[in-house]
Amino acid sequence: MNRSMIDLWVGIFVAVGFGALLFLALKVGNLATFSTADTYLVEAKFANIGGLKVRGPVKSAGVVVGRVTAIRFDTGSYEAVVSMTLDAHYKFPRDTTAKILTSGILGEQYIGLEAGADSKMLEAGGNLRLTQSAVVLENLISQFLFNKAAEGKDEKK
Amino acid sequence: MPRRITQRTSKSPLSEMTQIAALRSRLERLGSAVTSQVWRLGYASRFLFYLVMHSGTALRRFRLTIAEIYFAGVLSLVIILVSGLFVGMVLALQGYETLQRFGASESLGVLVALSLVRELGPVVAGLLFASRAGSAITAEIGLMKATEQISAMEMMAVDPIARVVAPRFWGGVISMPLLAALFSAAGIFGGYLVGVQLIGVDAGAFWSQMQAAVDLRNDIMNGVIKSVVFGVAVTWISVFEGYDAVPTAEGVSRATTRTVVTSSLAILALDFVLTALMFTGGNH
Repeated sequence: MNRSMIDLWVGIFVAVGFGALLFLALKVGNLATFSTADTYLVEAKFANIGGLKVRGPVKSAGVVVGRVTAIRFDTGSYEAVVSMTLDAHYKFPRDTTAKILTSGILGEQYIGLEAGADSKMLEAGGNLRLTQSAVVLENLISQFLFNKAAEGKDEKK
Repeated sequence: MPRRITQRTSKSPLSEMTQIAALRSRLERLGSAVTSQVWRLGYASRFLFYLVMHSGTALRRFRLTIAEIYFAGVLSLVIILVSGLFVGMVLALQGYETLQRFGASESLGVLVALSLVRELGPVVAGLLFASRAGSAITAEIGLMKATEQISAMEMMAVDPIARVVAPRFWGGVISMPLLAALFSAAGIFGGYLVGVQLIGVDAGAFWSQMQAAVDLRNDIMNGVIKSVVFGVAVTWISVFEGYDAVPTAEGVSRATTRTVVTSSLAILALDFVLTALMFTGGNH
């Protein structure tokens, strides 16, 4: 095989190889949804974050509006402080509620934002004051059992 | 006096001496085996350093490297694509069986894509590359040494490492990541064929769940880094074994076998190390 044919085949090989990388990045990975748009950072304190992870989604009405960027423990209030970046397109009122929710029954945990009614909007570095912690299954079960036990006592009387 | 006799007959100092000598020779053999391995490792590292320092020719006369990309990359295309396709199809079949029990058959795309991009793509492509291209590189260089072409080059003041070894090294290092990416892409296509076309998983869910779960930096970039590391390891071992081969027919065949065995072990061991570095505690 002469040299120009080898060059041609190597050219095809390299092009197809990079094509495969591009396919992995665009079609398989999430480069297309990966936004480098402007974001702003807000923080929220939770009594319990459950299984929330860094890079977990922040959703409002089911739409992804941001990502969790950091989770740390505040030794002053003994609460978890969750930092998240929200897309600059989406502005939320200052009295927005942040809840830790679970998608499906075994799915990942995410932060759900419910917009409030305040006329002032959240600014960069702002705090979400109204929060609701993750549901811990053990607590739920023990509450249920205590309630049942209490009902049983009332009936006996 | 009788005591002395019993001593000599039952436990003679002579047999004790031979035992000690046997033990010592065994220890010496073990020691020399270890030392020669360490010596070879040092020689191989020096060889790699010299190779990288003298790869100017391979990069200036890039045609030499292109010819090697042709031999290492283009000629491995068929085996890589066909194996990737079948691996992806088997993954989809096996994964569907298990996922369907939990009512999560839509996650098939995630399973196929993540296992290919993170693990199977770089590892299996690396193993195939070692046996398809690595062994050929070793045999070629070893045979050049056996037929004294390497010595002839040195005689003509041509550096054989710069002229023969470096283009093969860079050709392999460039080909390997591309082959791994092609393997993963072919595998995902195979998974799509079986999962969506044959079994009937919803195509939209297949792709969208895959896109939601596969992360560009954590999964795809780490897979590419793995394949680059494997490419360097396999081609380094191949060119070194060829250059270091005993210049006889038997020596070349042994070097070729050693290339395949050593590079396969190196790929699996490196894969463990890289996975431990990349994917544990990556969430925090």
